[in-house]
Amino acid sequence: MASIRELHQQLVRKERTATEITQAALERIHQLEPKLRSFLAVTADQALAQAQRVDDQLASGEEIGLLAGIPIGIKDNLCTKGIRTTCGSHILENFVPPYESTVTHKLAEAGAVMVGKTNLDEFAMGSSTENSAYQVTANPWDITRVPGGSSGGSAAAVAADECVVALGSDTGGSIRQPASFCGIVGLKPTYGLVSRFGLVAYASSLDQIGPFGRTVEDAAILLGAIAGYDSKDSTSLKVPIPDYTQSLIPDLKGKRIGIITETFGEGLDSVVADAVYQAIEQFKALGAEVQEISCPRFRYGLPTYYVIAPSEASANLARYDGVKYGFRSEEADSLLSMYTQTRAKGFGAEVKRRIMIGTYALSAGYYDAYYLKAQKVRTLIKQDFEAAFQSVDVLVSPTAPTTAFKAGEKTADPLSMYLSDLMTIPVNLAGLPGLSLPCGFDAQGLPIGLQIIGNVLREDQVFQVAYAYEQATQWHLHQPEI
Amino acid sequence: MIDQTQVHKVANLARLALTEAEEVQFTTQLGSILDYFEQLSELDVSNVEPTTRAIDVSNITRPDDLQPNGDRDAIFANAPDQDGDFFKVPKIMKDQEA
Repeated sequence: MASIRELHQQLVRKERTATEITQAALERIHQLEPKLRSFLAVTADQALAQAQRVDDQLASGEEIGLLAGIPIGIKDNLCTKGIRTTCGSHILENFVPPYESTVTHKLAEAGAVMVGKTNLDEFAMGSSTENSAYQVTANPWDITRVPGGSSGGSAAAVAADECVVALGSDTGGSIRQPASFCGIVGLKPTYGLVSRFGLVAYASSLDQIGPFGRTVEDAAILLGAIAGYDSKDSTSLKVPIPDYTQSLIPDLKGKRIGIITETFGEGLDSVVADAVYQAIEQFKALGAEVQEISCPRFRYGLPTYYVIAPSEASANLARYDGVKYGFRSEEADSLLSMYTQTRAKGFGAEVKRRIMIGTYALSAGYYDAYYLKAQKVRTLIKQDFEAAFQSVDVLVSPTAPTTAFKAGEKTADPLSMYLSDLMTIPVNLAGLPGLSLPCGFDAQGLPIGLQIIGNVLREDQVFQVAYAYEQATQWHLHQPEI
Repeated sequence: MIDQTQVHKVANLARLALTEAEEVQFTTQLGSILDYFEQLSELDVSNVEPTTRAIDVSNITRPDDLQPNGDRDAIFANAPDQDGDFFKVPKIMKDQEA
């Protein structure tokens, strides 16, 4: 399994061409997809054409960037011009975007080779990728288990080496939880660091695009390529983007790390707790000062999220009406029944459930009791983090309370599914950067994830702590046998 | 507690045609989710300002310049039904009864 930097070396030393690297990725996808089902579409022709452009640049002696010729998977809620973008939903089964998302545009400019669009829970609503209208993605470590979600296709594809890196989106944990379940690195950046132009909206005050990689360095390189201000996204931040690879220093002397006490409570698997405690010992050995930090309102994150996100979703998804694009039910005889039939047939159960929750929470008489109250609790959760970052540089917790669960295990009970995002959601509510990286394996050989949370725009510190730990432990060298 | 009549009303607001079976199922599921939300009442939020977005930015403007907005044919190609320069939909008004 080669990293971005290794492949880049092979390209510039002319040991391999970009076309050969792309063909190898496409071959592996072809071989594994019957078992894994990570991709909703494989874009072989476009990928080979892009690889050829990189090879032409190399042949003419041009310098190429680190991402040039690197195979990448793109979550299928990012619009790709001329390439079908379904969001894992029947309602968008025929949608061919007339425009390109900013992040995929930047990656194409950097020479990255998109090999396909990855599977996801419909409209990024879910924690197992089982809510996709098209297929269920398998976890490469155990194909009877889920890869996590909602960016499960991207995580499984990277873990199984179908591509080197991938993009996902994270509204309540949809990058970090699948990274944890698949034993790879995934980062949700600070809200506003990465432009969301062309990301199909789920919950706009929380959504953020971020990278997956098998190593901290790969994730850092990919973030550097997609971050930055964009006039097309009015929530994007006008801030300078540092070279994140400069933060990859294998030393934690003087770093102050806080353990969030409340994340070691009820519902946490003991094997996960043990792995995270061992990681904390490793941080100490690397020279970090570790202390316990209480975030008393942390546990209210989950109910807060499940008011706020569905409320925003109910508004965002009102646009799917069968008029201008997407699926339309043909049985209707009036405009109103066309709307209600189109939406009834086009959306899956979880999407309908969240639209219903959101519509209820925003409806007359309930707004103050639910939506407004949740926004106030959101302030309290943010204040807990602000207080914590007065005394530490980063916070750590488990990424998810368990390792990957079996397919079908939680589909009957929506609340039990929601609980797997308990530790990632507060980070979205506060807009902070959060990264998951592997910190061990359970008795069945399933990966365990460690979450590192940074202060606003302190991705550099998150990367440093993650990198130092990764280099000291080597969990990232374990590979699934598939 | 939410009942099936309310679920029916909310589905109408959300422009979702639910089956009877879906209404029954959502009544139970939404009920337990709303119960779960009750724990938010444990917190005193009387003097707390709401947070509308995680990192606040305000008054974002740009020069009001004309820009080409996408490829017209590609936009129309996505339409379920179309006539000339129009998106076509089922009739909005009821037929007049004689």
